[in-house]
Amino acid sequence: MVRSFNRAHPYPGKLIIVEGIDGSGKSTQLQLLQKWLINSGYKVFFTEWNSSALVNDTIKRGKKKNLLTPTTFSILHATDFGDRLAHLIIPPLKAGMIVLADRYIYTAFSRDVVRGVHPEWVRNLYGFAIRPDIAFYFNVPVDISLQRILSGRPTLKFHEAGMDLGLSEDREESFVLFQGRILEEYERLAQEYGLTVIDATLPIEKQQAMMRDIVRERLKEFRPAPFLKRAEAVYVR
Amino acid sequence: MSGKRISFFGDGIPYHNLADLTGKLIVIEGTDGVGRSTQIEDLKKWLEVKGFGVMTTGWTRSPLIGKTIEKAKAGHGLNINTFNLLYAADLADRLEHQIIPALKSGFVVLADRYIYTAFARAVVRGADRAWIREVFGFAIAPDAVFYMKIGIGDLVPRVINSQTLNQRYLDEGAGEGMDYWESGMDLRLGEDFYDSFVEYQKRVLEEFDLMTGEFIFRTVDASKSFEEVNRNLKEGILTVIENG
Repeated sequence: MVRSFNRAHPYPGKLIIVEGIDGSGKSTQLQLLQKWLINSGYKVFFTEWNSSALVNDTIKRGKKKNLLTPTTFSILHATDFGDRLAHLIIPPLKAGMIVLADRYIYTAFSRDVVRGVHPEWVRNLYGFAIRPDIAFYFNVPVDISLQRILSGRPTLKFHEAGMDLGLSEDREESFVLFQGRILEEYERLAQEYGLTVIDATLPIEKQQAMMRDIVRERLKEFRPAPFLKRAEAVYVR
Repeated sequence: MSGKRISFFGDGIPYHNLADLTGKLIVIEGTDGVGRSTQIEDLKKWLEVKGFGVMTTGWTRSPLIGKTIEKAKAGHGLNINTFNLLYAADLADRLEHQIIPALKSGFVVLADRYIYTAFARAVVRGADRAWIREVFGFAIAPDAVFYMKIGIGDLVPRVINSQTLNQRYLDEGAGEGMDYWESGMDLRLGEDFYDSFVEYQKRVLEEFDLMTGEFIFRTVDASKSFEEVNRNLKEGILTVIENG
């Protein structure tokens, strides 16, 4: 079937997303990008993985009571995405805004496959997704991401350490194994989907400068918020 | 019961081994109000008297997702993708926590609706046929599907009879007679519940008819009396169980 994330979306706005393992610094970078875009006069909308009103509580409850299997985990995250796509991503894109997404479908393609679902099945699940205009992937070795997380809080979370997979009794060891496998999947995905790879071991300001250069180049022809002038641009199908 | 060759419907669940499933998965399909649940209740007792272990499972009865679906349906925030995905999550949860364990223990599992209901409802709402089939690729292919077939002319009086309609209307929390979703009101197919129900169910039935050939349904004429439908279902189920 048609996987709409394989072709350009028809909306006047721009979709910029960031991907990377926990502790890669992607959220920090996206926040800095957002400040710069707003300061440059763009209308910006921000959305985050696993934050929909529809299934957020169900996922939380499922995680807490350990009711989720890799398959239901995967489908519920796709439901979360489907809800945010319809309510939070497409409307601002139709209005000609810049949408920033912290994690996107590639998170599911890497993480869920490591948890054990079929790679083609999960790609089909997200067949209705739209292709981002720019997709940044923050590449970082597992030991550095581990250091970064543990410098901010005392312990690793159950799911980010992949404890549900039973790779190791030790949380840190499990994290290294689990996130290491996710890194391998991300590397494959960066090739498959042409993600823009950023070396996430570089200083923050250096990464941000690279990001801004790329975004500036890609937004050259882009006129912000056309909905203010041309209502018909909103109804592109 | 022996000689099993249970397989997944599509891509499947790589981390599940189906080699040791010895039970039978028997699906009763049919549209809303056709009388599936009453039949299944009776079939369960009948099989248990014969000495079989029986487990029943039904659409949206997952402890994880069931309430979420109810809540979502009560609001108006569902779109075609989330509608279909919530159904998929419901079945996946029941499959992994109820159906597969029961089949491993040699039970006969009677499923009140299965992936075919999801296919019909999704396609009628505009989903791509291939997409929705792949979404449910994790499901187990059943040993048999009994399709309780009914025409729209016989279906309408079953749903619009005084007992059903009154009960639903007075039911706490329901506050309606004809069901919003069973009438396809989200599709705005008619001016009122009745018109929409007729048009929506016509389309659902058409989709079921199309699937009859695609998936080898065993069709049971559900316009007949309860006893006759019951007899036909029992005959069919016996052949499935005995011919393993």
